[in-house]
Amino acid sequence: MILQPSLRNCLWLSCVLRTPKAEFRSTAGGGLIIQSVSNDVFQNLAVEDWIHDHMDLEKRQVLFLWRNSPAVVIGRHQNPWQECNLRLLRQKNIKLARRRSGGGTVYHDLGNINLTFFTTRKKYERMQNLKLVVKALKALRPQLDVHVTDRYDIMLDRHYKISGTAAKLGRTSAYHHCTLLCNADKFVLSSVLKSPYTGLKSNATPSVPASVKNLFEEDPSLTSEMLLDAIAKEYATQHQTDHRITLINPADETLLPGINSRTKELQTWEWVYGKTPKFSVSTCLNMAYKDSVLEVKVNMDVKHGRIEMCNIDLPEQWLPPALYSELVRSLTGSKFCPNETTTRVTTLQRVCPQDDELHSRWNLLCENMIMLM
Amino acid sequence: VCIHRVRSCSSVRSVKSKYVCVFDRSALNFSHQQRLLRTSAVSCGQIVQFKLSDIGEGITEVTVKEWYIKEGDSVSQFDSICEVQSDKASVTITSRYDGVIRKLHYSIDEIAFVGKPLVDIEIDASKGVASEEDVVETPPMSHEEHTHQEIKGHKTLATPAVRRLAMENNIKLSEVVGTGKDNRILKEDILNYLAKQTGAILPPSPKAEIIPPLPKSETVPAAPKDKARKIPVPVSRPIVFSGKDKTEPVTGFQKAMVKTMSAALKIPHFGYCDEIDLTQLVQLREDLKPLAEIRGVKLSFMPFFIKAASLGLLQYPILNASLDENCQNVTYKASHNIGVAMDTEQGLIVPNVKNVQVCSVFDIAAELNRLQSLGSAGQLGTSDLTGGTFTLSNIGTIGGTYAKPVILPPEVAIGALGKIQVLPRFNGKGEVFKAQVMNVSWSADHRVIDGATMARFSNLWKSYLENPASMLLDLK
Repeated sequence: MILQPSLRNCLWLSCVLRTPKAEFRSTAGGGLIIQSVSNDVFQNLAVEDWIHDHMDLEKRQVLFLWRNSPAVVIGRHQNPWQECNLRLLRQKNIKLARRRSGGGTVYHDLGNINLTFFTTRKKYERMQNLKLVVKALKALRPQLDVHVTDRYDIMLDRHYKISGTAAKLGRTSAYHHCTLLCNADKFVLSSVLKSPYTGLKSNATPSVPASVKNLFEEDPSLTSEMLLDAIAKEYATQHQTDHRITLINPADETLLPGINSRTKELQTWEWVYGKTPKFSVSTCLNMAYKDSVLEVKVNMDVKHGRIEMCNIDLPEQWLPPALYSELVRSLTGSKFCPNETTTRVTTLQRVCPQDDELHSRWNLLCENMIMLM
Repeated sequence: VCIHRVRSCSSVRSVKSKYVCVFDRSALNFSHQQRLLRTSAVSCGQIVQFKLSDIGEGITEVTVKEWYIKEGDSVSQFDSICEVQSDKASVTITSRYDGVIRKLHYSIDEIAFVGKPLVDIEIDASKGVASEEDVVETPPMSHEEHTHQEIKGHKTLATPAVRRLAMENNIKLSEVVGTGKDNRILKEDILNYLAKQTGAILPPSPKAEIIPPLPKSETVPAAPKDKARKIPVPVSRPIVFSGKDKTEPVTGFQKAMVKTMSAALKIPHFGYCDEIDLTQLVQLREDLKPLAEIRGVKLSFMPFFIKAASLGLLQYPILNASLDENCQNVTYKASHNIGVAMDTEQGLIVPNVKNVQVCSVFDIAAELNRLQSLGSAGQLGTSDLTGGTFTLSNIGTIGGTYAKPVILPPEVAIGALGKIQVLPRFNGKGEVFKAQVMNVSWSADHRVIDGATMARFSNLWKSYLENPASMLLDLK
């Protein structure tokens, strides 16, 4: 007994309402093309989730086009400390997001376009989608040397990766998304995707680095808009549907009920950092103190983004034992996060014995520990 | 139903079957006892090996990345069981059956094979084994709903039929009040919930499957037969509040506060409050604001308050001191590192401006800008947050007049500034004028500071702010 219009029909209904009836008949094909008006990575990822969970893809498949302002997106089972330079991200105010699909880490900015192909679980077919993209590119610029590899990458001139792929499969629906490098900032890309953190050991999915190139470098007349349009056109042809791109606003709660809480969930620390598979940190701090350099071994286990175990091998009596155990106690169970750690250690310092020498040692150790995060 | 159970029981546990069947025969008419039977018997259902189904694209093996359930959990059809990964694809495996998880065949990071058993599920005996193909095209349980349950760590009690009814109508079980035993959600509860939504009492579903017969006391009361003849007696419906207490562990931030405040408690505080007429300062700031902006700095009132405090501390250095643990020695700090309480998303933090005694008002303003932007980005460093010797807390930006601030160890004094209000006051000639009034509330450590010292410091600070030109005389 279905009493309320089921959510799966909501988006379809809204589209119908917006398209004049005469034209609607001709769009009753197998595909729907939508584009996001937002450049917020979290909002756009939330739209993907929403479509995956709510839309009935039996009757029509969906192509979702989106672009983000600078952000690093890691795969579902990856470790952000291993994949990117978190310090640099914070400094440059570049967002960090974890998507629900698998695969590796990518850098997004407005010069990097995202395409998501939504189908039923049975019709999940990545190669077909990528071949569609290549066909669209070749139709736009026949001289482009682009092809799909068996790792589901799209290569330019045989050497350079211009697109990476990831996918998510649910019970009845699935999606395959990929990027396409049009005119992204390669300098920022390479610097943020290089991790400075050493001594990390985990079973998280590692990314496979590749040389990249922008399509813009190959042909400066190409723009992101042109590429989006070409791909939409090819999709429309292959799905026998109207070449019409419907714009959607990922903040529209009436169109996409529940979207704002999904967006919020994707931004929580528990999702972005807390979903990191268990890992251990085993490294050596080189602390310059007075006239010497102290080598201090540090071992930590981090689970769900929180420090489960922490061991710092300090020279004997360098810190009073009571203070050392206070520090370890404070770190254990807290987030592997520089902000939280800074707050804790600076507060602890207030209740330390008032001794300049002690304070400088404490600050030195804490700053080095924070650098690991 | 009974016969079926006998068969399945005897195939699994022959020892218990006799006892179970005898009990069951007599309990046929009582649904509660039937349920009791299910929950109290260790295993009377059929254990089915749920195999990992085909992923597509010819994939034969995947890596198990996360389990959403553990052995002993009960699951419903379509609940998420685990997340596996294969070649850049993350797959959510959902349960085909209703039942209880009895065994997980793989641990995290192990390779699982398509077609081989993933989990063992003990099927609810009354339902029988579900058919191999997906029967109903119902929407999968939304990820959000699942995570919601996961986070709360609390499974709502409901029979599979009730769950299906809820799912068909896109109702979150966690939002329905259960009136059955142990807060179990009954079919009537779902109907009542829906009635509240649509504003009408609805007839029960014609598609309903096996519904355990309910004892009479729980049926929906029939509509009153007499119409509007008698004085209508309001139907007393018990007011149901479905909110629940929520217990969370103390956050890292709160733990830090616990430590600081416990130490602060040991300090004997005394308070001193006063009212400051900022009329002249308000005018001065208006004049200087554009000049500061040209130099790229936002000028608030705080830089003036901070500088005036530092000038006051030069005269009363005991307020910028620190008392050691044993109360044996007082250290007069040379630097005036004045802390400014900041309210951020995480809570209260107190970065400090270093060496105010050698800074100009403009320097202080620039430094405050830097600390504020770092503070809101959550990027303050340890040096910004340590070494403070005196603190000012501007609670007036949020609201309030007088306060009772708590001293932050190892300091000995703190001032809380209220909001600036426009109030009528008398001037020297006895005329009423519009004054810009702010209240200040000081707290000090009575072990080393006496009331007179605090009062004199406050008066000096007040005089600098009420007559900003006088600051020029003492500026270093």
